[in-house]
Amino acid sequence: MLTIFFKRILLAIPVLFAVASITFFLIKIAPGGPFDADRAVSPQVLKNLNETYNLDASNWEQYVDYMSGLIQGDLGPSFRFPGRSVTEMIATGLPVTFELAFYAILIALLMGVFSGVLAALKRNTFLDFIPMAIAMIGICVPTFLMGPLLVLIFGINLELLPVSGWGQLSGDKLLPSITLGFAYAAYIARLSRGGMLEVLNQDFIRTARAKGLTERMVVIKHAMQGGLIPVVSFLGPAIAGLLAGSFVVETIFQIPGLGRFYVEAAFNRDYTMILGTTIFFSAMIVFFNLLSDLAALWLNPRSRDA
Amino acid sequence: MKNNLYSVVLILFIVASCSESINPVDSGLENQIYHHGNGSEPQGLDPHIVTGVPEHHILISLCEGLTIPNPNPNDMNGYMAGTAESWSISDDGKEYVFNINKNAKWSNGESVTADDFVWSWKRILTASLGSQYPDMLYYLEGAYEYHNGLIDDFDQVGVKSIDEHTLQVNLKNPTPFFLGLLSHYSTWPVHKETVLKFGDIDDRNGEWTRPGNFVCNGPFQLKTWELNNKIVVEKNPHYYDASIVQLNEIHYYPVSNVMTEDRMFRAGQLHLTSTLPSQKCPIYIEENPNLRIDPYMGTYFYRINTENEVLKDVKVRKALAYSIDRQLLVDKVTKCGQIPAYSFTPPGTNGYQPTTEIPFDPVLAKSLLDEAGFSEENPFPKLEILFNTNEDHRKLALAIQQMWQINLGIEVELVNQDWKVYLNREMIGDFQISRAGWIGDYEDPNTFLDLMRPNRGNNKTGWENMEYDALVQKANTINNQAERYELLYKAEEILIENMPVIPLYTYVRAYQLSPDVKGFSPHILDHHHPKFIYLERD
Repeated sequence: MLTIFFKRILLAIPVLFAVASITFFLIKIAPGGPFDADRAVSPQVLKNLNETYNLDASNWEQYVDYMSGLIQGDLGPSFRFPGRSVTEMIATGLPVTFELAFYAILIALLMGVFSGVLAALKRNTFLDFIPMAIAMIGICVPTFLMGPLLVLIFGINLELLPVSGWGQLSGDKLLPSITLGFAYAAYIARLSRGGMLEVLNQDFIRTARAKGLTERMVVIKHAMQGGLIPVVSFLGPAIAGLLAGSFVVETIFQIPGLGRFYVEAAFNRDYTMILGTTIFFSAMIVFFNLLSDLAALWLNPRSRDA
Repeated sequence: MKNNLYSVVLILFIVASCSESINPVDSGLENQIYHHGNGSEPQGLDPHIVTGVPEHHILISLCEGLTIPNPNPNDMNGYMAGTAESWSISDDGKEYVFNINKNAKWSNGESVTADDFVWSWKRILTASLGSQYPDMLYYLEGAYEYHNGLIDDFDQVGVKSIDEHTLQVNLKNPTPFFLGLLSHYSTWPVHKETVLKFGDIDDRNGEWTRPGNFVCNGPFQLKTWELNNKIVVEKNPHYYDASIVQLNEIHYYPVSNVMTEDRMFRAGQLHLTSTLPSQKCPIYIEENPNLRIDPYMGTYFYRINTENEVLKDVKVRKALAYSIDRQLLVDKVTKCGQIPAYSFTPPGTNGYQPTTEIPFDPVLAKSLLDEAGFSEENPFPKLEILFNTNEDHRKLALAIQQMWQINLGIEVELVNQDWKVYLNREMIGDFQISRAGWIGDYEDPNTFLDLMRPNRGNNKTGWENMEYDALVQKANTINNQAERYELLYKAEEILIENMPVIPLYTYVRAYQLSPDVKGFSPHILDHHHPKFIYLERD
């Protein structure tokens, strides 16, 4: 398993290098620059700004300059926010995005696994149909609709929870976490149900029951270990997706996470910020995929032996 | 398993139910904490670097210029004494002597001096700083020359300190709007020692604007700054007028999503919103007592690329302009109190009342198009309207598309682009007609009419008219306001006669304001000095 780990880490380096290079040239192709504004700047001012940020050099020179900085861990200054480095901005938004993703995945796992396992155990009953119907709704209803709906009910009509913010008012983390978690809970519910149904029909479960184990023990000790492998495989990309895709929820709930920096950087042509966040998110995706693969290996003895 | 889930749900709801029943607007009332929705995250807090409205809202609490915006909407002057307690103007209108308030202090307790202004203005005119607003000071003798490297000696620029509290400014021409211009943040002072402690005079990236480092001379000082979350400013005890400042803190929230901001206001998390979801405006006009619609010095217009083959003919441009029913646009499309625009400069700007007319006359418009040589045999080619992606721009473009189709038989294609692509296409002239908006930087028609002079970066239409240029230029050399306006009216007429731009409507500022907020008066530039604002429940 350790060999696989190191092999995958080594493979990640050229992947990230390719991501950085492709992104660098893609953003250079995009029309418009970081200093284009409604109130056009004079050629003299533009020249000074380009000199300050080395944008007057050729693309190739800028690329070499950026990559040599990147190797030393320097992601450069933000063009949009003078006086702020990209590293500093990622460090500011990251803990918030991580915390949001953590709560969301926790809610997704609790809701998803519980309803998925229940549905599998009570197959073709109301306890199967209802959670699965809710799961289908969760998959179909996008977060940009779910968020405002929850806000309208719990924030504005019932006045139970704040409608926005993160860590400012008590309970303000609840609605965004549920909004983000619910969509993933739906997927997890369907995956758990499928996985559990497959495992529950297998011989070792029948053996466990024949040995006289209680149904609770059969499910928790034996069935869930195999039945939840699809969920574990899903978790890697899901966490990466939560981190990189929390922009909508961050915007709806006014959360100062990394997702907002990422998308706004693209709109503002904040070149270094786009590059920094893209490289960072790519690294996260690679890392969490690796973790979920390793976890799936650990849970499934057959593939571990292979 | 089931029990565990129940426990988690229970814990979550206990946490939720522990939330304060009192919302920020109510608690703000007790502590004089004002919650301000502020659009987007400010680029920074260096008044010489930033550009933008959210930045202005914060900076106006932190720093102060020689003049400040006048909170009295009935006063003809949009400005009043700020850090300068009084001033005198020479008869020829070219020399200003400002007496700086002797009690004016920086937030670290040091006195604000005339030298601070001299150094600050030197900074904004230092080309390598890359400030985007140096032209605000181009009215000073030698300022343009210094900024563009034609002279090296700053002593040749028309600003000097006579003594610690007396500042003398010499202008190239009498500039009647100069005092109003000084309430713009680009002319505000920065604390020399603090700036230099964190970098050189031309360092854009110095960390002097961070909490703990920031020193300025406004009624509030910077307390905390959480990126994309909020900026908190607290009362500055050293401010010369601290005794009249009633707010203890202002919390600025960078809420870029208008729907989120609207929900925050409804839930009692904000006293003031930066804007309004436009689709809600017609409903709010009927039933929301917190809605405010104030006059705003801005014009929404269409730019015409006069270098385009079909649009270079003024008859075509007039035909397009005369076939638009502006009243219908504001009544049925924008629906938020906007005013149909028949001049480029919003009427009423500091007493300026242009008499230009843009008739809605489809018959005249069609005949102009015929005169331009377009008929059924020689149909007008397809036109493109370029706009940046935004539902409001799209709706307006759709209405105009219909009007041109029905009244002129012109087929129109709508092209929406990402903001930066749109700006780039406008800049390189890759458009036929593009939507545009202009908000005045100061309260004078010059902020609009100067835009359309040849070689101005924001003209973007390719239109050059030397008579127009001469009139605007000459107007800026005249000290008598009435005579000056006469010249500007003529310039405005030339502009509307040539129609390189099609004015559509005059903006309004629509927002929501809590009834607890007092001392917040409409201001045509949306500048509100926070020392006059306080919270009180009726």
